[in-house]
Amino acid sequence: MKYDIIVVGAGHAGCEAAHISAFMGHKTLLITSNINNLADMPCNPSIGGSAKGIIVREIDALGGLMGKVADRSHFQIKMLNNSKGPAVRSLRAQADKRVYPKVMRKYLDETPNLEIKEGMVENLIIDAGKIKGIILEDGTKISSDAVILTTGTYLNANILIGSENTPSGPHGEKRSNNLSFKLKELGFNIKRLKTGTPQRIKADSIDFAKLKPELGDDTYWTFSFDNGPLYDKNEQQKCYLVYTNEKTHQIIRDNLKKSAMYGGYATGVGPRYCPSIEDKIVRFADKERHQLFLEPESIYYDEWYLQGFSTSMPRDVQEEMVHSLEGLEHAVIEKYAYAIEYDAIDPLQIKPSLESKIVENLFTAGQINGTSGYEEAAGQGLIAGINASLKLDNKEPLILKRSDAYIGVLIDDLVIKGITDPYRMLTSRAEFRLLLRHDNADIRLTPLAYEKGAVTEEKYQRLRNKLDNIEKLKNLLKESHLKLTNEVIDVLKENNISVPAGNYSYAILLKRPEFTMDLIQKFIDLNDFDEDVKNQVEIEYKYEGYIQNAMKEKLKLEKMEEKKIPSDIDYSKVQNMASEAKQKLSLVKPLTIAQASRISGVNPTDINILLIYLKKEYGKNEDR
Amino acid sequence: MEDTICAISTSLGVGAISIVRVTGPETLNIVSEIFSSDIKSSESHIIKYGHIVDNGEVIDEVLLMIMKAPKTYTKEDIIEINCHGGINTTNKILEVLLKHGCRLAEPGEFTKRAYLNGRINLLEAEAVGELIKAKSDSKRKLSLNQIGGNLTKKITGIREILVSLMANIEVNIDYPEYTDNLVITEGLLKEKLSVISRELASLVKGAKYGKIVNNGINVAIVGKPNVGKSSILNHLLDEQKAIVTDIAGTTRDIIEGTISLNGIEVNLIDTAGIHETKDLVESLGVQKSLESIENADVVLLVLDGSRAIDDEDKDLLNKVPKDKTIIFINKSDSLIHQDIDTDLPLVYGNTKEVEGLDKLKDKLIEYFDINSINKDLTYLSNARQTDLVNKANNALQEGLNNLEKGIPIDMIESNLKDCFDYLGQIIGDTYDEAVIDRLFQDFCVGK
Repeated sequence: MKYDIIVVGAGHAGCEAAHISAFMGHKTLLITSNINNLADMPCNPSIGGSAKGIIVREIDALGGLMGKVADRSHFQIKMLNNSKGPAVRSLRAQADKRVYPKVMRKYLDETPNLEIKEGMVENLIIDAGKIKGIILEDGTKISSDAVILTTGTYLNANILIGSENTPSGPHGEKRSNNLSFKLKELGFNIKRLKTGTPQRIKADSIDFAKLKPELGDDTYWTFSFDNGPLYDKNEQQKCYLVYTNEKTHQIIRDNLKKSAMYGGYATGVGPRYCPSIEDKIVRFADKERHQLFLEPESIYYDEWYLQGFSTSMPRDVQEEMVHSLEGLEHAVIEKYAYAIEYDAIDPLQIKPSLESKIVENLFTAGQINGTSGYEEAAGQGLIAGINASLKLDNKEPLILKRSDAYIGVLIDDLVIKGITDPYRMLTSRAEFRLLLRHDNADIRLTPLAYEKGAVTEEKYQRLRNKLDNIEKLKNLLKESHLKLTNEVIDVLKENNISVPAGNYSYAILLKRPEFTMDLIQKFIDLNDFDEDVKNQVEIEYKYEGYIQNAMKEKLKLEKMEEKKIPSDIDYSKVQNMASEAKQKLSLVKPLTIAQASRISGVNPTDINILLIYLKKEYGKNEDR
Repeated sequence: MEDTICAISTSLGVGAISIVRVTGPETLNIVSEIFSSDIKSSESHIIKYGHIVDNGEVIDEVLLMIMKAPKTYTKEDIIEINCHGGINTTNKILEVLLKHGCRLAEPGEFTKRAYLNGRINLLEAEAVGELIKAKSDSKRKLSLNQIGGNLTKKITGIREILVSLMANIEVNIDYPEYTDNLVITEGLLKEKLSVISRELASLVKGAKYGKIVNNGINVAIVGKPNVGKSSILNHLLDEQKAIVTDIAGTTRDIIEGTISLNGIEVNLIDTAGIHETKDLVESLGVQKSLESIENADVVLLVLDGSRAIDDEDKDLLNKVPKDKTIIFINKSDSLIHQDIDTDLPLVYGNTKEVEGLDKLKDKLIEYFDINSINKDLTYLSNARQTDLVNKANNALQEGLNNLEKGIPIDMIESNLKDCFDYLGQIIGDTYDEAVIDRLFQDFCVGK
């Protein structure tokens, strides 16, 4: 048995990696310990969210599947921050946990060159520093030229409930016992991370009448740039808001020592953004209540996910805690909350292409790299798949810059700064978020993916067409002027807008906050243009100043990215540099000055010293 | 390897003791070679008695202060050689050090190393430079305050407010579903930014004081020949520095002297008279006087109160800059009625009787608001700092303007970030995860 690429693990990273590898023409094997768990959503029943929704669009723009699958499997969708600026809008969908994996499976089954198999991978075949394949639990060897590890939380996983500590993958799945030892043996620094998941509650035991419902949007949305809406907005399901109360807090305080975390039974580092409820009570002692959300997991079975209530308390305490909540007094807990500890590698040991620095042609993506979240995993899986394919074809990898994509920010943060706790994407991590909007993900990324062969000709042409229309609309708005007829003046007055003194083009008027594209359409026929195109032009005009500033910063950064650091540099020879900086630089081996400046522990003074050193030692070549 | 550097760190000339300072990796080895005993394995932070010897010749009897890395000013080994004052001995010791492999330090190089090695931050480094030059009490205090971090504290405080604002805006963006969190609205943001902007503006306004504390006040004394300019200077200085005669036009060179007014340096600049002259030497003096007026913080125009105002006086009254002149009417004991048509501040006195000079001092104190200075020594002391605070404030102003124009808060936040970064540059602090750290510290969010 011989494959070009083997993908180990069929979660969100693995599915994307396998699909794109096969799409790019490589004979690919996707291997998973339980084929029924493919594209499983072991935690929250949603895709997207703030910043994450933008990642889903980026995945779509780069040829990935997550957006298409989510569009076909959700029962509620909304645009977060729709009342705020365009840069921070992001889609979030309640995805059906039963439908999502089925749709994903269908896409994978229809992908040529792709095989899916069941098996527990416990070892790697390596020859002369190069990956040659994998070895299964039963000793079966499967060879390949590249391997992508997307092992999720399965490496040496332990489930913690109170003082119980059970070696197990999520939901009682089989864990991998040996793979992380093998990685350690190879020289990877193994980190111990932790995450958790809350209770699942039986639907008919919830008193919904006492709870405040949360609805989906009344507007149609889609993640994918390739399809229109595939749902009926009137058939969206409700979620519900729940609050903790003093009684809940008292129960938690009284039983704190029984939790795995506070009882000292856990060793992993948990994510800051995903604190357990006991963490919240301890750290924010003066808060009277905490917000929780009840979300249906599926319309095909009756379990509800209690978001915000993740805990590692023993079961009896969990019963008490849940029953203290208004609306859940008689709730039946279908699944108890638990914490899970697992092994991950130090992402400082992987390259921006997601290939490891230690074993050639070995790629990693998702939780094994220290991230958390379906979208973060899928984004990395896609990039790992693209780059494994490019590597086998002897082509340059696709490396997205921080100014290109959230996925670029994500990978750059991982490989340059490393992690202390599981990494979640946040809008505040993206310094170019004004440029990295959900609405322009295709404009930013589809051309890059097309160049690497990761998207279809058809998709690329659709984008070209959109870009042409944007230009057409811009020209039309520049050339057409608002004529102040009585009719126009009446409309302006109706909308409480002062009549412009002078003859202005629509392009100029759009810069004023009160002149929206919707208003302008009352005066000029724009029916030939899609909403998408109009939206793009409106954003460009309306926020021109801020966008231009961001573009300037982008250019500055790109200039710094051009300043390459020679790979043979010996940091121990750099005079005056702080020893912490020397250590960090030697470990991370940044490719450019821009990367070096982002390493924590390397301060601007060290960068100046480095620049002086480079000029002194390598300057002669540069000046030629 | 880094060089080992040395320098004479006391001022040259008078003084019973001079100090030659050595720092760098070879410090202990080099000094051992020229000292009467081997100090390579000596304890740290001790004083050792002995002689500096070169080719068997004893150069001086000295005390060595031996301070080993890292607990030193430069975080490298430092030895301070306390020798007997006098240029010859000190220079000889320096020469011997250079001969044994030291390099002569560039100005400020010790401080530069302290900064590069992370011993002090940029603001402190600048303040140390100022401290070395400080002459008057206030200036030393300003420098000490910056090192102790008074200004750092102030700027850190403003940045703190910015960070918590940004973290709040971010939490509204990243966790919009958590409705219990405080929402930063346009109105609230406007209010907060206005407060910060006012603080920054007052910091810039205070920079004037910083300049006064650092550079002192330059007072140019002008007037017709023989109206008593030099006498004023001399009485203020309580010593004869300018040559005073009764022959008009003696003071051809500009003579500077410095007095201390409530701890602030006041540099007095005596000028040759400003008048038409054919004498070449004198006309050069006139030229210099005009330059002094240009550069002065205040011009003291001296008029003779015992004589009527003539055309020449009127000419001077026209020439002095209206925005920075104080008129001193001399010889007020034999004052005749003068019809001075001016809005400029007037002081009456008599240089011969030292009368009215206190009034003049009071006037200067009032004019420069010197009494307000000592209260809060958080002044920006150089152009770089002032420039950065101005930029920070401009960024906030831009944010406020755009807020009015309906630009969304998440974009205005980039102005806050700019403001935060500019202020960070003053104290040499950049920390790009500050907002994220703050977000999780202040807000309880997440599934």
